[in-house]
Parts: sequence; C-alpha cells; structure tokens
Amino acid sequence: MSSLQTFFGLLPLLLSGALTALEIALCTLVLASIGGLVLAVWLTFSRSRLVQAGIACFIEWMRNVPALAHLFLIYFGLSYLGINLPAWLAAIVGLSLVGSAVLCDIFRAGLQSLHVGQYEAGLAVGLTRVQILANILLPQSLRRSLPAFANYVTQLIKDTSIASAIAVPEIMFLARNLVTSTFQTSLIYFAVMCIYAAMILPIGLGFIRLERHWGSAR
Amino acid sequence: MSNLVEPALLRVCDLYKSYGDLEVLKGISLELKAGETLSLIGPSGSGKSTCLRCINYLEKPSRGEIWLGDELIGQARDGSRLRLLSDREMAPQRLEIAMVFQLFYLWPHLNVRDNVALGSIKARGMPRKQAYELAEAMLEKVHLRHKADAYPEQLSGGQQQRVAIARALAQQPKVILFDEPTSALDPELVGEVLAVIRELAEEGRTMIMVTHEVRFARDVADRVIFMDGGHIVEQGPSAQVIDTPSHERTRSFLGRMAMEQA
Repeated sequence: MSSLQTFFGLLPLLLSGALTALEIALCTLVLASIGGLVLAVWLTFSRSRLVQAGIACFIEWMRNVPALAHLFLIYFGLSYLGINLPAWLAAIVGLSLVGSAVLCDIFRAGLQSLHVGQYEAGLAVGLTRVQILANILLPQSLRRSLPAFANYVTQLIKDTSIASAIAVPEIMFLARNLVTSTFQTSLIYFAVMCIYAAMILPIGLGFIRLERHWGSAR
Repeated sequence: MSNLVEPALLRVCDLYKSYGDLEVLKGISLELKAGETLSLIGPSGSGKSTCLRCINYLEKPSRGEIWLGDELIGQARDGSRLRLLSDREMAPQRLEIAMVFQLFYLWPHLNVRDNVALGSIKARGMPRKQAYELAEAMLEKVHLRHKADAYPEQLSGGQQQRVAIARALAQQPKVILFDEPTSALDPELVGEVLAVIRELAEEGRTMIMVTHEVRFARDVADRVIFMDGGHIVEQGPSAQVIDTPSHERTRSFLGRMAMEQA
C-alpha cells in the first residue's frame, strides 16, 4: 500500500475528528463569549469590591493554570465526587471556563478603552444603563476587541487538541491511535497539521475581512 | 402684571458637593424661569461645571435638592427619608434636562441621524420613522440637515457640536444645559456654535450655559451668575453683572478675561 493510499484511507477518520474538534470549539466559543461578556460587563459596572475581587480571582486562577489541568480536574475530579460527565462535555466545560476568563479580559479592555463621556451622553439623553450598553458601549467596544477575539478563536481551535488527553475522539486522539496501529508517524501528523491549518486559516482570513469592513464602515 | 409670581421652572436649592475632603460646591441656590437663559461664569475650579452636572445628576450632589417644576430630580421621598433614584428611575427625568458637553460626546459608530434619533427611539419608544423625521427637523435647526448620513469623524468640531445640540433638542427638553460648549473648538469654529445657541435663546428656550465667552454671555443671557470657590459671588441681569460688577472678585475675573480675549 503506497503512502498516498494510506493518506487517503486515513483521511475520513481524521476529518471526523476534525469535525468533533470544531463542534467542541464552537460550543466553547458560544459559552465562553457569553461568560466573558457577562463577567466583563459585571466587572465594569459593579461598585462592589467583593464582586471585583471575586471575578479577579476567577480570572487569575483560570489563566495561570494549564487548561489541561482544568480538564483533568473536571473530568477525573468530578467523577471522584460521583459526577460523571462525558469526556466531550468535560472538555467543553473546562475550555469554556478558561475561555470566559480570557474573553473577560479582552472585552473589559474594550469597554475600558471607551471615554466615560460616551456613557454620560447616553445618560443625558435619558437612556437606561442596559440601553447604553446595548446601543452605545458594546457596539464600539466589541469592534475594538475584534483582533484579540480573533486570536482567541484560533488559539481555541488549536487548544481543542488537549481534549485528546481525556479521550475525546477529536483529531489528535484519533491520530495517535492511528499512529500506534499503522506506525505512519510523519504522514499522519503531517496530515493532522494540514487539517488544522485548513480549519484555522479561513477563519483568520474571515476575521481580517471583518476588521477591514468595520474599519471602513465608520 | 399677572406673571409677578410666575413660579420658577428649575430650582436648585442649597447644593453641596464634595469629593473626599475637597468641597467643590458650598451651598448653591438658583432659580430659572421658563424661557430664561442663564449664564454661569467664573474661574476654572469655581464649581460651575460641577453645578451643571449636578442638575441632571451626572454628579450626585452631597446635599441639596433640584426641582424641575414640582418634580424632585434624582431623589424620591421614602417615608421620612430621601433616597437616590436608580439610573433607570432617573432616565425619564434626564430626558427633560438635556445636556451639551464640552467635548460633544457624539457616538462615533452611529451616523449623524442616528446620533440625534437614538434617544427618541430608545428612551421615548418613538417609531423609527417618526424619530428620523424629528431628527432631521432638529438638524435643520442647526443647519446640518445635509450631513445626516455623515459620521461624526467626518465633521469639523463646530459641526459636531451643532449635531450634539440637535441631539439635545430632539429630547424635547424643558431645560438645556451647556457645559462650556465652545471651549474645545478652534477659534474660527466658535462663531457657528454661538450663532446656533443665540437662535435658541431668541426662540425662548430655557437654558443654562457655563461659558468663558463673557461677551457672548452678556449679549445672549438674561442673567449671569458669577461663581468663585464653590459660592455664588454675584448675580443679576447680564449687562449689569458684566458691565458694572459690584463685587471685587467679579471685577478682577472680568478684567482678566477682557485682557485674554482682547
């Protein structure tokens, strides 16, 4: 069997792993965006020291411990307590917690970069805080956060590979299994790299177009 | 002479404001009748802008009351105590008291029409079409209807400030507060903004204007208040205060301003 045949023989399996990786990334992205946004808004508007300290602790804890350790704790630690999450769900929960912390920092930086006058002008025309947030602050700050957000998304897709450590059948996990059964190490991992690049490059280009679009629209 | 006892539209009663140990306002009281234009003048740090920002509660006064007609602004009686209103409760009151800022604070992601209409749509719940018609009518008043589709960054400072004035007018407010509306403008752009404010005064709008343009205040305002060190030092008809000030501090301030502006 030529290596080319091997390559195409393995491709469907690896692609199914890529699909799993994308599914995990997408679910994580949705949850982490919601979590990060809620935390960032809460942190920006709360006058309670307790809330600010609590969120700061959460962010530091999540960002200064490897994501892999979080995944192990959620997957193995919770099962020790009798809570058995499926591996894919444990991966989504773990990556979403870390992602919330990362995106909270990104969104908060965007909000804090706005002049307080933007907010005051909203108050002055009789808007409520929620209306100001939805119509004035977020539309501006999210545009400013876009480059950092794009970095996070590409990093997230690569980080789904750590889910292989808790046996989620994503692309790296399947690749390692194939290597142990076929011994085609270089070929398989090269194929894996090509698949990651094929997933991430278009997304990165999409973000660049979006940034250009918003840059020229105003 | 039926309007001898005409009640004030806006009343500021014994207003105090401190930041920590720094007392910025030390008992300011003033009244404004409907249709009157009042100008606040005084040196930097005298508390004029703080006073203005307390009127629509962008700053929370440490003590004192603001009344618009018979409505207490920013506070509500809760049994025997006064409590601060939440921002949500205050929003309808702020709709009645528009503000024009020194640095305009237009929203850069919205075009001129949306900048002017946003308040009507969101705060008043006005249908979009009607809000846009109102916005364009207000832009007409500041002679910028043709810029409705432009974005703020495409406008000069003077034009931006006129859009901000149109935004304030679209609130259909009872009172308009101007916080040094020309201080951030290049000298050659000041005139177009002052011209618009003058037109509003002639229309009989009720306005309070913090300004360094003493000559303009004399021409346009009905009354002038001179503030220094958190106190009202002197007040009266604008020509009287500015041409024949009775207080030494007013005289020295006006003297300095006259030299700078000469």
